[in-house]
Amino acid sequence: MRLAFILGEIGSGLRRNLSMVVSVILVTFVSLTFVGAAGLLQLQINQMKGYWYDKVQVAIFLCGESSSAATCAQGSVTDEQREGIRGVLDSPSVQQYVDTVEYESQEQALAHFRDQFANSPIVDSVTADQLPESFRVSLKDPEKYEVINEAFSSLPGVEVVIDQRELLEKVFSVINFASGIALVIAGVMLVCAILLIATTIRLSAFSRRRETGIMRLVGASKAVIQLPFVLEGVIAAVVGAALASATLWSISHFAVGGWLAKQYPETAFISSMQVLWIAPGLILLAVLLAGLSSMLTLRRYLKV
Amino acid sequence: MIRFDQVTKIYDQNSRPALDSVSIEVDRGEFVFLVGASGSGKSTFLRLVLKEDRASRGSVYVAGQNVANIPSWRVPRLRRGIGVVFQDFRLLPNKTVFANVAFAMQVIGRSRAVIKETVPEVLKTVGLEGKNQRMPHELSGGEQQRVAIARAIVNKPGILLADEPTGNLDPTTSAGIMNVLDRINQNGTTVVMATHDDDIVNSMRKRVVELRNGLVVRDEAHGIYIGESKVAE
Repeated sequence: MRLAFILGEIGSGLRRNLSMVVSVILVTFVSLTFVGAAGLLQLQINQMKGYWYDKVQVAIFLCGESSSAATCAQGSVTDEQREGIRGVLDSPSVQQYVDTVEYESQEQALAHFRDQFANSPIVDSVTADQLPESFRVSLKDPEKYEVINEAFSSLPGVEVVIDQRELLEKVFSVINFASGIALVIAGVMLVCAILLIATTIRLSAFSRRRETGIMRLVGASKAVIQLPFVLEGVIAAVVGAALASATLWSISHFAVGGWLAKQYPETAFISSMQVLWIAPGLILLAVLLAGLSSMLTLRRYLKV
Repeated sequence: MIRFDQVTKIYDQNSRPALDSVSIEVDRGEFVFLVGASGSGKSTFLRLVLKEDRASRGSVYVAGQNVANIPSWRVPRLRRGIGVVFQDFRLLPNKTVFANVAFAMQVIGRSRAVIKETVPEVLKTVGLEGKNQRMPHELSGGEQQRVAIARAIVNKPGILLADEPTGNLDPTTSAGIMNVLDRINQNGTTVVMATHDDDIVNSMRKRVVELRNGLVVRDEAHGIYIGESKVAE
């Protein structure tokens, strides 16, 4: 009976305040979409790290004809220099950090280049001797890049040592920046949502003050008086969270899975299944948000 | 049933107290008129009984319990033992007579079956038989007040507080309301009625407590509205 009564009260409250309820739904929808987007971007970074960190190498580029570095004073790398470099790579002091070493000749470099830029007109104008030969070093621990850099960058015949991870870090920092912006927007929108929920509940409490006054007088418990208001806010916020989850799922499924993944097949993208991890979090956040702001409001405007 | 022990209530430090060291005892089953001009402290008295306000000094006992010691979550239980009626009825305009009375039972979790059985009985007690499905605006003032009384007593409280219940009603209708209150009192409910309707007080010949500026100036067992003290002035 009491449950039926509370449900009835919630229903009439939602109907009476329909426009406010819709605005609460929309604001929580937008704010939680941004929260979820930030979360998805972080997942995307993790995904890429897992995928790429196994593949990235430190590249030791050797001097070519046109190299201008100080260590390339003698022009193109000589066989003797190349052997010297290989010797250092095989020495125990370096070997302990190294997983595998591959040598890439100018011809191989050209083949790779042609693969990578297969659709680009630049391919035709590049010749093998324009590309440097290199040693591709995979490290046991990618963080130990500095060791390789110190050991090789001053050796004669080495033009430059490049950590491919740095390139990735640049990509990640762009994504991080985007997710930071999403979080800031989400934060502002969440504040809006909290205030709007508080206002809605205040309005609802005001429009039903006659009922609540009588409820107090005849000794209704605090829960019976306040619960309908709290649940009104929670229901609206949860609907918003559900919409946000649906939107994120559509974006990851259609935009990322359906379009981006086809454009960049060699990149690992998050799947729409991962939204299912985020959705419960968003709904929980919505419940907390609405519950908290309504409790604070009711403490002031609906004393028992 | 209700005991005030040296109760002082101060709303505003700069003005005189609303109640000033008031000590009154109302026994179980008594009918008490609380009389006095506006601002004499009648409403404050009722509010303190309901724990709507807290006494600045002294203690208020309701059914043997010091209300100051009742934790806030137990206040609803205190109020279930007290029915309240107001001058302005305070009915829910969009609910029928039946639903208005049933509301008081719904919100404290009574079952549908009990409500269906109890509400018509109570409506009969207050003389509203057959008007279950009327809306409040279809009723006369007297009838509306009867609905309010029905709502106040439907949960069988031990105490009924009435704050100027006849203030908006003509003398004949008022007499009818007094009949209902008297009958409720005869069934064992303690009734405290704040009023300044002299005809009613004089005709009922019940206990009269007169308040003036927050002080009890008269307490007579079978009093009339204007006490000797005031006649002598």
